[in-house]
Amino acid sequence: MAKADFKRGIWEALDEELARDEDVIFFGEDVAHAGGVFQATAGLAERHGPERVFDTPISELALSSAAFGSGATGLRPIIEIMFADFIALAMDSLINQSAKYWYLSNEQKSIPLTVRATVGGGGQFGAIHSQIPIPWLQGIPGLKVVAPATPFDAKAMLKASIRDDNPVVFFEHKRLYPVKGELGGPDDVVPLGSATVVREGSDLTVITAMKGVQDSLQAAEGLAERGIDVEIVDLRSFRPIDAETIAASAEKTGRVLVVEEGPRTGGWAGEVLAVVTEEALGYLDDAWRLTMPDLPLPYSPPLEKAFLPGADAITDAILTRAGIRAPA
Amino acid sequence: MSDLETPGLVDTPAPTSEDRELYLDLYRQMLLIRRFEEKVHDLFLRGQVYGSTHLCIGMEAVGVGVISALGDGDRVACTYRGHGHVLALGSSPVGLMAELMGRSIGTCGARAGSMNVVDLEHRLIGCFGIVGGSLAAATGAGLSLKRTGDVAVAFFGDGTANQAYFHECINFAKVLSLPVVYVCENNQYGEFTPTDDVTPGGILARPQAIGVPSERVDGQDVWATRAAGQRAVERARAGDGPVFIEAFTYRYSDHGRGDPVKYRPDGEMERWRLRDPIVLARARLADELGVAEDELDRVASAVESELERVTNEALESPHPEPDPRATEYAA
Repeated sequence: MAKADFKRGIWEALDEELARDEDVIFFGEDVAHAGGVFQATAGLAERHGPERVFDTPISELALSSAAFGSGATGLRPIIEIMFADFIALAMDSLINQSAKYWYLSNEQKSIPLTVRATVGGGGQFGAIHSQIPIPWLQGIPGLKVVAPATPFDAKAMLKASIRDDNPVVFFEHKRLYPVKGELGGPDDVVPLGSATVVREGSDLTVITAMKGVQDSLQAAEGLAERGIDVEIVDLRSFRPIDAETIAASAEKTGRVLVVEEGPRTGGWAGEVLAVVTEEALGYLDDAWRLTMPDLPLPYSPPLEKAFLPGADAITDAILTRAGIRAPA
Repeated sequence: MSDLETPGLVDTPAPTSEDRELYLDLYRQMLLIRRFEEKVHDLFLRGQVYGSTHLCIGMEAVGVGVISALGDGDRVACTYRGHGHVLALGSSPVGLMAELMGRSIGTCGARAGSMNVVDLEHRLIGCFGIVGGSLAAATGAGLSLKRTGDVAVAFFGDGTANQAYFHECINFAKVLSLPVVYVCENNQYGEFTPTDDVTPGGILARPQAIGVPSERVDGQDVWATRAAGQRAVERARAGDGPVFIEAFTYRYSDHGRGDPVKYRPDGEMERWRLRDPIVLARARLADELGVAEDELDRVASAVESELERVTNEALESPHPEPDPRATEYAA
């Protein structure tokens, strides 16, 4: 397998699926000629032609509209919402049209669209270019909401999203773009709706996603030196949610920490904890969450850093909860 | 602009003798829609149609005329005031009536209800419960239909001209030269508010400002709406991008459940009823195409019988059972 970065995984998934299926089209703001503001899509327009890869006005509602309407009439559209925060502008078509079409039409047709959008703080983009709006979407039947943590999953899950017959929102954490790893081949896809155990452990389970997976792996190394053996579950899929993998790990370790980069109230960590308590209550000694405060993400580097649940914060949370370290 | 003495209305073409069968059928369709809507209202008052209904009584000529200009590969999206369009597309009247009555044989198994009907087999992408939703469906369909030489049509009301959907979708279609026909059914009121009070500069000026060919037509005359539909579809099919029609029409019924109907000036409804689309079509069929009164009466009584059958079939069908196997995703 070739070693490449996360962003290359995105590019290869788009390139391969555009080549594989004539009905796949890809459009968004500055994705074609400019190659995307993060240069994740450079060259795709040249390779697949201007009828299938094209730029659009800055017009997020028109993007989701065009994805819905083309998806309802035979195409398999992929749109890019440059920053996921802008999904707020595209919501009606996504939620009230695409997500409900399969069920309300009495299963005449589903909408096979994919929304790609970048998420995540840590780059001083400020409160409205850094959100991870999973909670806006997680409660919508008919939508799938996924976010990979590794280059392999970036490629294999985006390919699965494009091939999926349902509307899928695929989030790409900006801080993961340069991360290097193995990429799969043209036929490697990861089924949506599956979580994965990325580190086996016996004392405590950390359930997290995206950059939180890296941060947790880093925290786990330090904790191992102190004799705490951490298991880490990469959730990857927020709807549908893999209750089985979550419950199995909770039963195994009896202690669950959910780490979410996002505000506390109404976040996806709460949904994970609901699964944990419903499915594994009898096995539990502890279950809690580490999130951001219930505030918009601030801009200034030290303020932003204090908000984000990085490796140090995860270590602190575990040691404090275990009574090993006094609360800060 | 609350009457038809409006500059910019395109002249109605004179019918020819070949048009006889065609316009008799359009007359029949409009009558079917009128009687269907009256029956829906009646069933609603009797508690057999639930929730909210939005009737298109008075506006039948717009959907019927434009849809008559479409080909088999064209696609249509409409609003929550969409029963007329659904019927004009050839969708089953029994299926639609049963859908409204929440019965299992409904077009969408009664999952959708009045405002969200989908019938892809009959060219209907859907009816949409959010103001402007039809523009989304048709604009996106334009991307697909560009490949096949077909055209997508969005029907929507005057209130839509103030929605983001209106501005974003028409602009998007113009920039990408999509084959979309946008048909604004200007029935003079957005819910209870006069259109003019909330639409500065008028509706037509908006597509015109971005270079979309636009015309206003007499929405009460099915000859005029059909001709406008033909012009628009031909132009959109030619690959020159979207086309816009503003059809002047009038809604006799209230907006929907909960409408106090206190907003119409005295005499306005009566003036519009003088130009009722069905009365007008009947007069033109008799005067200009020489259709005898008794033939027109036969069409009307056939519609009455059909509607009785439709209503009975729907009434006799069962309500659906909850389906524990229903899934949120297509497999």
